[in-house]
Amino acid sequence: MSQLPLVELEAVYDALAEALNQVGTEQESLFLTKLVFLLANQVGHQAQVEQAIKTALLDLQ
Amino acid sequence: MYIPDSTPRASVYYNYQIYPFQTPPELCGETKRYSVVIVGAGPIGLVTALELAHYGISVVVINAEVQVSHGSRAIVFTRRSMEILQQVGIAERMLNKAYAWRSGNSIYRGQCVFRLEAPHDEDDRFQPLNNLQQPYVEQYLVEQAQQNPLIELRWGSKVMGVTSLPDHAELQIDTPEGEYTLSCDWLIAADGAKSTIRQELGLRMEGASYSGRFVIADIKIDIPWPTERLAYFDPDWNRGNTILMHRQPEGIWRLDYQLPPNETPEQALAPDSLNARIQAQLDMVGINAPWELDWCSVYSARAMTLPDYIKERIIFTGDAAHMLPIFGVRGANTGFQDAQNLAWKLAMLLNGVGSAELLVTYTSERVTAVQEIIAEASKSTRFMTPPDHGFRLVRDAVLSLSLTQAFVRPLFHWRTSRPHDYHASALNALNDDNAQFINGPALGMPLQNICLAENNYLFDHLGAAFHILYFTDQIVPKSILDAIKALQNQAIPLQLLVIGKTQGLPDHDGHFAKRYDAQTGTAYLVRPDQHVCARWKSLTADKLTAAVYQALGQGAK
Repeated sequence: MSQLPLVELEAVYDALAEALNQVGTEQESLFLTKLVFLLANQVGHQAQVEQAIKTALLDLQ
Repeated sequence: MYIPDSTPRASVYYNYQIYPFQTPPELCGETKRYSVVIVGAGPIGLVTALELAHYGISVVVINAEVQVSHGSRAIVFTRRSMEILQQVGIAERMLNKAYAWRSGNSIYRGQCVFRLEAPHDEDDRFQPLNNLQQPYVEQYLVEQAQQNPLIELRWGSKVMGVTSLPDHAELQIDTPEGEYTLSCDWLIAADGAKSTIRQELGLRMEGASYSGRFVIADIKIDIPWPTERLAYFDPDWNRGNTILMHRQPEGIWRLDYQLPPNETPEQALAPDSLNARIQAQLDMVGINAPWELDWCSVYSARAMTLPDYIKERIIFTGDAAHMLPIFGVRGANTGFQDAQNLAWKLAMLLNGVGSAELLVTYTSERVTAVQEIIAEASKSTRFMTPPDHGFRLVRDAVLSLSLTQAFVRPLFHWRTSRPHDYHASALNALNDDNAQFINGPALGMPLQNICLAENNYLFDHLGAAFHILYFTDQIVPKSILDAIKALQNQAIPLQLLVIGKTQGLPDHDGHFAKRYDAQTGTAYLVRPDQHVCARWKSLTADKLTAAVYQALGQGAK
């Protein structure tokens, strides 16, 4: 699996934060769910997406 | 004393006729054991009765009401249902009145985000979907049954109790002239979703219920639109909820709209609420026309089935056996397949050519089919009426993306009822050439219709029997004709249909042979319910005989 170089990861970090601020808390879940669908479609692999969902479920507390 | 309501039901489009109660022999001091009794004169009970009569089986049909049904019943009949209804003789009458259609539209924020055309094959006689109100279908079936001397219809007769015994069943029946007991060798429960027989026996269904509730309203209104399925998601007047619209004959439209959570059926059906919501939907779609309500009720989706459709001598069919969500037209369309699957098996058993194991395959084949239908229906239902927070969020995300992102639009597919494929059936031949075919209906599938000539189709030539479709331009080998004769002499209903360029069913240009991947000597063995149970590249008499016994549940012979 490809990895983002740090400089690009930092740019995504900022872009996501700005989008979340723009969206506001009420639409946050909807926005993030849409984002997952879009990225899943670009990944193009069910197993990789499901693994990412599992990983995101870790350490939520 | 049970007194049925003999006032014709009120309807803005249908004239109800009363079928009066008639004194049965049991109330004149006669007692008799009947072979088959069917409870319920709805579409499934009547199709089962008509199918059984095709095999020479006498049937008594018990019905509590004295008229056909009303209310928000079935309106969409699939091609497969039309093929089954052709066998019981009402397809032509239905087509004279029904609206055929094949396109469905999903609309979000005023935009058609998904449009699906159900495929139509040039060899099919019937269109993929046909809209007609259930009272008409019931009326045609009743009139067909009335003309059949093997079918006795007992109207105004209400089942009060049932006793299940290892070798027969007994019904307690109440009538306007008092109660009586009816004994039968086989009892078929076709008494609907609220089946008295299922409840009396304490049988439990397994599966899921969905909390989303819908009002189903049939209104008379003039809307100049083609017959297509219309599904509106999250409209401004009913945020978060779903609305369906279907066109029916006689200027009737069905509106299904989802209710906000926590609203009771009484609140939903209060005239003010009903009128305001129907008007809001019509306003949203830009229809400004007077309308009149015919019927309304509240519905919530369930996807449940009995785990076994046979208990001793009692057999469950249709909604009495399973309750399926309306999204995808699976109620009556699934029930017809039950009826057609059951009738030939029970008839073969009663006529002494089928084994007890044959009848058991009714439950194994149909429970498997219904579980598959439930899995599909549940996907549609979770999209139409998301059952919880997670499903709502992903559904809403898909709605939002659908305005610009084509890849999510297939998730709107409503998965219309389709015939089950009995590929794993114990009745299929053990050693045929199924895997060698590159075309044609595979083992377990229903036959594909073939247009033989104008207004002349393969299914027009099928009847209440096994059929051998035998492809040849030469004479049929004597060994095969002898094998067929020997089976027929054992009272097995078996018909040979030869398909050739110059004989039998006409195949002048080889189109039929091509679609069935057939050469001279190729054969398909077809069950009486039109599902393939064996196919061979080159048929021999021994293989044919073995496959017929296998299909009758006599595999060991």
